[in-house]
Amino acid sequence: MEWILALIDSIVAFFLTVFKFTPKFIPGVIATMELTFFSILLGTVIGFIVAMLKLTNKKVIIKITDFYITIVRGTPLLLQLSFIFYGLPSLGIEIDRFPSAVIGLAFHNGAYISEIFRGAIESIDYGQKEAARSLGMTKWQSMKRVILPQAFKRSIPALGNQFIIAVKDSSLASVITITEIMLLTRQYGAATFEIFPIYFIAGSYYLAITMVLSKLLRKLELKLKVNER
Amino acid sequence: MSIIEIKNLHKYFNDLEVLKGIDLKVDDGEVICIIGGSGSGKSTLLRCINFLEKKTEGEIWIDGEKVHEKESDINHIRQKVGMVFQRFNLFPHMTVIQNVMEGPVTIKKMPKSEARAIAMELIQKVGLEDKADEYPAMLSGGQQQRVAIARSLAMEPKVILFDEPTSALDPELVREVLIVMKDLAKEGRTMIVVTHEMGFAKEVADRVIYINEGRIAEEGPPEKFFDNPEDERLKSFLGQILV
Repeated sequence: MEWILALIDSIVAFFLTVFKFTPKFIPGVIATMELTFFSILLGTVIGFIVAMLKLTNKKVIIKITDFYITIVRGTPLLLQLSFIFYGLPSLGIEIDRFPSAVIGLAFHNGAYISEIFRGAIESIDYGQKEAARSLGMTKWQSMKRVILPQAFKRSIPALGNQFIIAVKDSSLASVITITEIMLLTRQYGAATFEIFPIYFIAGSYYLAITMVLSKLLRKLELKLKVNER
Repeated sequence: MSIIEIKNLHKYFNDLEVLKGIDLKVDDGEVICIIGGSGSGKSTLLRCINFLEKKTEGEIWIDGEKVHEKESDINHIRQKVGMVFQRFNLFPHMTVIQNVMEGPVTIKKMPKSEARAIAMELIQKVGLEDKADEYPAMLSGGQQQRVAIARSLAMEPKVILFDEPTSALDPELVREVLIVMKDLAKEGRTMIVVTHEMGFAKEVADRVIYINEGRIAEEGPPEKFFDNPEDERLKSFLGQILV
């Protein structure tokens, strides 16, 4: 009998903590979403530019872009973020907390996104380029009007995957003391010792964000698919 | 006046010489069919005329201008030389009418309403007015190839190159494409057609060219070409395909 009461007690305590702390996460959720939004946006721009540079087939440019991708892929994001915020000031470059996090995450995402774009562009049938060029289009016109619209559509599933990774990776910004979900989780956890409900809330928020995001991307994908059989 | 003049054209792929000195003159309004076995260099010749392949040696004159292989030059020349591909290569993200409008709007900067009217006319000409707003994926191969022909016509080219336009089609769809091509020939369009359709060559061509191992082995009007060939290899080639 007693163990049932104890169980009910702990369930009640769990929900009390959840109800109490769920709203307290809101500022962190907003920070996570801001971080994710800007790092995805900037990362996509970087990824696009790097993919375009890589397709120029100029040796020097390819060396530079390969160097960038190697660095990003070959070192931990945690290290990259710390390096930008704690390391760069010794070179005289001081960047605020939030921009540091956005730049670090965007550079990271950009490397992966550039590979996604490059793969998608290279997957477009060569005949498409030939048809465009044989009409008299310039290289850029055929890229813009024929290749990129098709490549973009083809890259959405992989891009969506990367965006979801970006949401979760933003949690690493807590190491440079950005008050996002993960940092709040640790603070509330340490203050209350209610680890289980606090981490439960944090997980639920991340899950909600990633689920909404993948729903949206799925919708976009279907919308762009109308002209395919 | 000749629209295309090719002098001593050589093309290497690495060490392999695919074209071994081609001389060819095409007059305004002429229909030329090129035949030859696979690997003979007939498609390569066509692709060199449109600069999809870079010639190794020789001269190409188009519409009285010698073509230097500068990017801007080539883009300009390509507007005069239409190309129809074996695999159609329609733009799958555009509807039929958008495919046909694309050249005039993007390259010639024609206002959309004007381009649309021209495109619609061309689509009617190839008999697909009821498909104007469909995407290519909804069309049969024969219909797609007719759209591809309309797309190249929209640029008002001086000459149209056909690279085995019916080879990727199911047999029952070949006729509808050939009919469109015959109509173009009747209008006096200049056409160079790489094909295996001997019936078409016999009926429509002003001149038939047989390419073997990178050289023009025989050329002449279709009657003589098919009924009284001189070149031994052409004889055996015709024997093989005419059964």
